[in-house]
Amino acid sequence: MSNSVISVISRFLEEYASSTPNKLKVVDAYLLYIMMTGALQFLYCLLVGTFPFNSFLSGFISCVGSFILAVCLRIQINPQNKGEFLSISPERAFADFLFAHTVLHLVVINFIG
Amino acid sequence: MFVFQVSAWGGYVFIINLIPLHVFVLLLMRRFSKRVYIAYSTFYVIGLILSMQIPFVGFQPIRTSEHMAAAGVFVLVQLYSFLQYLRERLTRQERQTLFSVAVCAAALLLFVCVVYLSCTGWIAPWSGRFYSLWDTGYAKVHIPIIASVSEHQPTTWVSFFFDLHILVCTFPAGLWFCIRNISDERVFVVLYAVSAVYFAGVMVRLMLTLTPVVCVLSAVAFSSVFERYLSDDPPAEDDRRNSGSLYEKAGKVRKQVLCEEGLGSNIKSLVSVLLLLLLLMFTVHCTWVTSNAYSSPSVVLASYNHDGSRNILDDFREAYYWLRLNTGQHTRIMSWWDYGYQIAGMANRTTLVDNNTWNNSHIALVGKAMASNESVAYDIMRLLDVDYVLIVFGGVIGYAGDDINKFLWMVRIAEGEHPRDVRESDFLSPQGEFRVDKAASPALLDCLMYKMSYYRFGEMQLDFRTPPGFDRTRNAEIGNKDVRLKHLEEAFSSEHWLVRIYRVKDPENRPRLERKPRVTSTANKHKHKRKATRRRRGFIKNKLVLKKGRRLNRKQRRTGLN
Repeated sequence: MSNSVISVISRFLEEYASSTPNKLKVVDAYLLYIMMTGALQFLYCLLVGTFPFNSFLSGFISCVGSFILAVCLRIQINPQNKGEFLSISPERAFADFLFAHTVLHLVVINFIG
Repeated sequence: MFVFQVSAWGGYVFIINLIPLHVFVLLLMRRFSKRVYIAYSTFYVIGLILSMQIPFVGFQPIRTSEHMAAAGVFVLVQLYSFLQYLRERLTRQERQTLFSVAVCAAALLLFVCVVYLSCTGWIAPWSGRFYSLWDTGYAKVHIPIIASVSEHQPTTWVSFFFDLHILVCTFPAGLWFCIRNISDERVFVVLYAVSAVYFAGVMVRLMLTLTPVVCVLSAVAFSSVFERYLSDDPPAEDDRRNSGSLYEKAGKVRKQVLCEEGLGSNIKSLVSVLLLLLLLMFTVHCTWVTSNAYSSPSVVLASYNHDGSRNILDDFREAYYWLRLNTGQHTRIMSWWDYGYQIAGMANRTTLVDNNTWNNSHIALVGKAMASNESVAYDIMRLLDVDYVLIVFGGVIGYAGDDINKFLWMVRIAEGEHPRDVRESDFLSPQGEFRVDKAASPALLDCLMYKMSYYRFGEMQLDFRTPPGFDRTRNAEIGNKDVRLKHLEEAFSSEHWLVRIYRVKDPENRPRLERKPRVTSTANKHKHKRKATRRRRGFIKNKLVLKKGRRLNRKQRRTGLN
C-alpha cells in the first residue's frame, strides 16, 4: 500500500514538473513559501503562547490571505481554465490580485497593533 | 460592503451564516465551480480580518460558535478544490490509493480539532441572544433583559400584513418561479427566502431581514405574469397549426382563430388590469404606513381630538431641556435604560444605563432601586452617586408606554441578579394580577417607582366624572393617595406630567434619632434629699405658721406639739 502511494506521488511530481507552464510554477513556489511561513508562525504561537493575540492573528491571517489570493490568481491565469473565465484576462486577474493584497496588508498593519 | 454591515448591526451574523450555507448547498447540488471557490475564499479571508477591526466584534469571529459554520465551509471548500485539482492530474487507480488515506485522515483530524476546542471552551457556545432564536422559551427564563425588549417578541400575523400587504401572497409565487428556473444565484435567493421567513416569524425585529427578499421575489412573480399576459403575439405552434389547416376549411378555421384570440385578449387585459389595481393599492398602503407608523418621531407625541385637529404633546423635550438648563454639568441621572440615549443626546447629562449597556448587573441594580422601598433605594442611589431620578408617567394623558407598565420587567430583571431581595410575586395581588388600586400588593404601594409616579397625584382630579387620583392608563383609582417622600424632592413635572424628575436630597447634617429622648425618673431623688435636710441644724421642716386668733385643726395641733 505504502509502496503504491510513494509511486503515485513520485509519478505525480514527475508529471507536474513536465506539464505545467513556467508562470504557474513560479506561483506554486510562492505558495509553498507562504505555507512554510504560516506553519512557522503557528508553531511559534503553540510554543511561546498567544500573548499579543491580535498580532498573532494578523500575521497568521496575512499568511492565509496571501495563500488564498495566490491560489485564486493561479486558477484565473491557468490556460486550462480559460473556458470559465472568459471575461477576465490574466492582466485583469493580476490587477485584482494586487488590489486585494493592498487591502489585506492595510488591514494587517492596522491589526498588528 | 460586508464590513459596513458588521459595523452597523449585529444582524451580520445572519449573512455570515447564509453565504457559507449557500456555498455548501451548491457543493451538494454539484454546481460548485472555480468561480464560487475564488469568490468565497477571498470574501471569507478579507471579510474575517476586516470584521475583527470593529471593536465590538473583536475576536468573536474565531471564538464563537455562530461563526464556526463559515470557517468550516471555508476549510471544506479548500479540501474539495484541492481534491478536484488532484483528480485532474491523476488516473483513477492512483486516486483511489491516495483517496482513502488522505481524505479520512483529514476529515478525522478536523473533526477532532473542533470537538476538542469546543469542549475546552476555547470556542464559546452559542451566545444568549442567538440561542434564543432556536429555543424561543430560553430568554424568558434565563435572560429577562433580552425577553423584555418589545422588538424581540414573536411576530403576529397583523404585523406581517401591515408591513408586506399584498406581497405576502405574491412572495410564494415568486419563490416557485425561482425554483423552476434554477441557477447558482437563484439557489442563494431561495435559501435566503426560506431562512428569512423562519427568523422573521421568531422575532419582530428580524422583519428587516425578510423584506428585501420578499420584494425581490414578488417582483419576479409580477414580472413573470406580466410578461406572459401583456405580450400580443400568439404562441408559435398555434400559428403553424392554423396555417397548415387554413387550406382545408377556410371559413371554419378562421372562426376558430378569431375565437381563440378573442378569449385570450380578454383574459389578458382582465388579468393585467387586476394586477395593476393590486399594485396601486399596495402603493397607497405603503405610503400611508410610512407616513403614519414609520415617520413620526417618537419623542414628540401627537394625538387627535374629536374634531380631528392635532394635539401635540412635547413633554419629553420640555423635560430634557429643563434638565439641560437647570442642572449642573456633571449631574448624574438615574432612569430606565430606554431613555438613556435621549437624555444623553438632548439633555447632555450623564446617565447610569442606556440602550447600549450590556452590563446586566448594572441594569439589575437600577431595577432593584426602582422596586425597593425608599430607604433601600436611597442607599443604592448614594452608592451610585445619583443626583436626579427621571421617570415617565402616563396616568394623566393615558400614555401606555410609561414606567409603571414596564415595572414588571424591571422587577424580573432585578430578580435575575438579586433573587432574595426582589421577587416578582411580591408585587402582584393575591390573585396574581398587577394592580395599582386598593387591591394592590403592599410591596408595590411602598416601592420607589410607585411613590415617584403618584406623588401629589392623589389630589389631582382630571375629570368631574372620575374621583381624584384616577390613573387613565390603568383605568383605576390609585391605592395609596397620600405619598410622602423622605429622601427625594420633586424637581420638575412636565406639562402633562409625562416626565417627572426628582432630586436626591443630601443626607441630613444631624440625622434624626429614631428613639425618644431619655426620660429620667425623679422619684428616688426626693427620698434622698429628705434624710439630709432633717438632720440640719437651724432649720425646721414643715414649720407651722401661727396666725393669732385662728384655731389649729387636729392635724396641725398634733404636729405643732411635736
